[in-house]
Amino acid sequence: MLEVKNIKKSFGDLQVLKGVDVRVEKGDVVAVLGPSGSGKTTLLRCMNFLEKADEGILNFDGEEYDFRTIGRKDIAKIRKKTAFVFQNYNLFRNKTALENVTEGLIVARKMPKAKAKEIAMAALEKVGLSDRSSHYPHELSGGQQQRVAIARAIATNPEIIYFDEPTSALDPELIGEVLSVMRQLANEGMTMMVVTHEINFAKNVSSRVIFMEDGEILENAPSKEFFENPKEERTKAFIKSIAEQHTI
Amino acid sequence: MSEKVLNLLMDSFTKILIPGIKVTIPLTVISFSLAMVIAVLTAMVQYANIQGLKQLARFYIWIIRGTPVLVQLYIVFYGLPSVGIMLDPFPAAVAVFSINEGAYCAETMRAAIESVPVGQLEAGYCVGMSWWQIMRRIVLPQAFRTAFPPLSNSAIALVKDTSLAANITVAEMFMTTQRIAARTYEFLPLYCEVALIYLIFSTVLTKLQRAGEKRLNAHGFN
Repeated sequence: MLEVKNIKKSFGDLQVLKGVDVRVEKGDVVAVLGPSGSGKTTLLRCMNFLEKADEGILNFDGEEYDFRTIGRKDIAKIRKKTAFVFQNYNLFRNKTALENVTEGLIVARKMPKAKAKEIAMAALEKVGLSDRSSHYPHELSGGQQQRVAIARAIATNPEIIYFDEPTSALDPELIGEVLSVMRQLANEGMTMMVVTHEINFAKNVSSRVIFMEDGEILENAPSKEFFENPKEERTKAFIKSIAEQHTI
Repeated sequence: MSEKVLNLLMDSFTKILIPGIKVTIPLTVISFSLAMVIAVLTAMVQYANIQGLKQLARFYIWIIRGTPVLVQLYIVFYGLPSVGIMLDPFPAAVAVFSINEGAYCAETMRAAIESVPVGQLEAGYCVGMSWWQIMRRIVLPQAFRTAFPPLSNSAIALVKDTSLAANITVAEMFMTTQRIAARTYEFLPLYCEVALIYLIFSTVLTKLQRAGEKRLNAHGFN
């Protein structure tokens, strides 16, 4: 469904992505793990054109695009089939929870208001927030804001949702509510690519794990294989260090 | 205070207030509205980083903020006729005040637009909105809320600055007062009286600002 080939990105002298390949099939839940600064977030942001990649090919729905030359129209076309959930939620602060969800439907997709509202309410219902539809973002907790952001993502019926560390900004007791919504989406067959530090999500929910370090993919394997039988020494050390953290 | 002065003040109050309503207020409202149009456009070309226009915007702000508004009034009203541009006093005053105020408000608007977290712009792109749609529906409404108190400041300052238009023969409140004072020699009471009327105008604007902020706060801002 989606394939990225040899994607490269530098910030000044620092090469953040050194030629990365990713392939996502429909229904996949890909967890992207790796230490801070390994390029995971940049990879995700480049894939949705929030950063401009220096090089690379994107194959989306059977059509091929060059990251260097892709035009505004193609970017807009691809973005209408994808969704993005940010670490800091990035809800529209001047819009209610409901309006945050309908905005992309009414404004970007020219959907009639009544229909957009219906879809948005269903999306909010799904993330357990139908009773908060008229609240503004500042009236919601971090976990609720992130769930509204997920509702905003699913309402547009995307082919894939990118999650950029969706629980990293949350208080520990609020992480669970967001993860359980994501798990539910995964179970329903939503295609997802999730940059995360939540090892349990990678282990129990994702179907595939990508491990990145220094702008490269070190290991890319089905989730079970990744945790039970990692091939690379570095991956073993990473899994071990995380396991230790969890026993403290 | 003698009865004569008291009568003069009573008499002159409406004589000053009428040009206040007929000239000072329209001059302020028209100039400030045009200034806001200039300000939003000037701020947006900088935010959008449109080369050429951005430099032009900086140049405009530099020139206007760096020269006195009184000198600008003289240049437009007394200077431009020598190159064939003749403006009546009122339009000349509107032109100068809107261009002058626009430069200051442009900086207020730029700061307010830049204060909206860039993540909301990215979120807008990701739900498929265009730059213009995001500006209009997400960024500018929030920027206006942030800019509202400093813009109110500018509006209040403008009400009082319009008195400078007396220098280019606009018959607004202050000029009317000067004329009465020149005839009656009661400078202190009359200038205090016109000061009081400016104070009333400013007070009304301050109240409007409060009410406006309250209304805006009802829409997602704490």
